[in-house]
Amino acid sequence: MPDSEKPDLQMQVAFRGGGFAPQSKRWIGLIVFVVLIALIEIGARLGFISNLTLPRPSDVFYTFVELWNTGLLWKHLLPSLSRLAVGATIGASLGIAVGVMIGLFSYVRAGLVPIVAAIFPIPKIALLPLFVIWFGIEEQSKYALIAFGTFTPTVVATYGAVDNVDRSLIRMGQSFSLSWFSIVTKIVLPGSMPGILSGLRVSLAIAIILLVAAEMLGAEYGVGAYILEAGSLYDLERLFVGVAILSILGVILSSVITFFETRVLDWRV
Amino acid sequence: MDLQLDNVSHRYDDVEVLRSINLVIPAGKIVCIIGPSGCGKSTLLRLIGGLELPTEGRILQIGEPPAESLNPLTYVFQDFALLPWRSVEGNISLVLEDHGIRGSHVETIISDVLARTNLTDFRKALPKQLSGGMKQRVAISRALAVKPAVMLMDEPLSALDSQTRELLMDDLIDLWTREPFTSVYVTHNLSEAVRLGHSIVVLSRRPGCIREIVDIPVPLAERKIGDIELEQKQKYLWELMRDEAAAADQELLDA
Ligand SMILES: Nc1ncnc2c1ncn2[C@@H]1O[C@H](COP(=O)(O)OP(=O)(O)OP(=O)(O)O)[C@@H](O)[C@H]1O
Ligand SMILES: [Mg+2]
Repeated sequence: MPDSEKPDLQMQVAFRGGGFAPQSKRWIGLIVFVVLIALIEIGARLGFISNLTLPRPSDVFYTFVELWNTGLLWKHLLPSLSRLAVGATIGASLGIAVGVMIGLFSYVRAGLVPIVAAIFPIPKIALLPLFVIWFGIEEQSKYALIAFGTFTPTVVATYGAVDNVDRSLIRMGQSFSLSWFSIVTKIVLPGSMPGILSGLRVSLAIAIILLVAAEMLGAEYGVGAYILEAGSLYDLERLFVGVAILSILGVILSSVITFFETRVLDWRV
Repeated sequence: MDLQLDNVSHRYDDVEVLRSINLVIPAGKIVCIIGPSGCGKSTLLRLIGGLELPTEGRILQIGEPPAESLNPLTYVFQDFALLPWRSVEGNISLVLEDHGIRGSHVETIISDVLARTNLTDFRKALPKQLSGGMKQRVAISRALAVKPAVMLMDEPLSALDSQTRELLMDDLIDLWTREPFTSVYVTHNLSEAVRLGHSIVVLSRRPGCIREIVDIPVPLAERKIGDIELEQKQKYLWELMRDEAAAADQELLDA
């Protein structure tokens, strides 16, 4: 070097490789939630937010405790949960079955994809009267509505997932003379699991929406009925209790799926 | 069991890929196939293993495959093709389950092939925990598990760095020396070809036809890096290939 007399400027190379790698930071979500509620509570107490706009979170909480103490909570929640469980199970399992068939057989695909595309955008709630005629006013029509609503998104997610299974793995299975059944159960199904699970996330949220819709249109007990009654009386505290129960339900279902994803899909890179 | 290719031609729609290939793959020998990019080497291998049907010509098995062979024509793929959700042993048992092998017999086979490929310690590992070279060793041990009569290898070492490639080549030579297997070995790499091939088939550019078959009489175990005879063969192969490769390159430019 020509001018080695004076020392060269030293500078650490700046780090620029961060971000774009989602990490699980469990507590952030909870903190955001708590802060938001605290802000509303403070706003309501200081009078920024009038009681008519938003009820006080603490009042909502007392209403919830009351609901719990009177035992009405379970009276509303249990029928809702069983409707959700039955309807979503029927819809999701039929959806996965049909989705896999579409993914595997060209004729099924040619025949069913247009039909699925045609029924996907129909607001299923609009069909409730039809279901009532077909299945009666009792539980069956609610099951049918929820099942139908979960079915279509599950089908679409499932056949997309099957399409995305690495073809070279299927070739590999064939090259080792695996039976068709083995290729489907040991390569195609596990390979489409990630897509199916993320589809279920959407489908289950839709199932909750439809559960409430079904209960609003005719049920004595159920979270939806509870919300409808509170709404018609402009009882905002009870309305929000109902809404909070639905949100919590959604969070629980979503974390169940996350649990499965981390457990069952730990092979993902 | 020998394999014989009888006037095999293949085309995709209006692209002629292979033209009148006549070739015998004798039992117990490694036949290397080299040729410029896109000349149809992978296609030829798929035809030989029955993953695709040739447009014309026939591929014949001459003689019975050995009775203990579960899957006579077995591939080792360039991209390993391991199931990411199965452990090393799960990937091997996958190909045994369908052949009605159960229980302790599966154990014996898995332990045996893992020992032969130096993978015993990685039995429970998932593919994502393995390096590229180890993944390819798993793929090779999976192929060995079904006792193939012919191993069809499509650039099995191309995805690996050159040191790992050397090591795996030594492993392959060891495996062959202990128990000679038949193999069709497709490669881009001329030094791989002269190390592993008993004979080397040089394909022309597309439509691929056989330009020349070069035999290398030196026994596999005696081939060393820097061997004069091998160097000369490699140089000769490069002379053969160079014009084809340049022309193939030019064609892509013109297209
Ligand atoms: N499924 C297919 N459909 C249509 N064309 C194909 C198909 N597979 C291969 N080809 C064409 O056939 C030709 C030969 O392909 P192939 O993969 O056999 O070449 P290759 O010799 O293995 O090349 P490389 O050295 O790059 O691996 C290429 O031009 C390719 O585009
Ligand atoms: Mg190729």
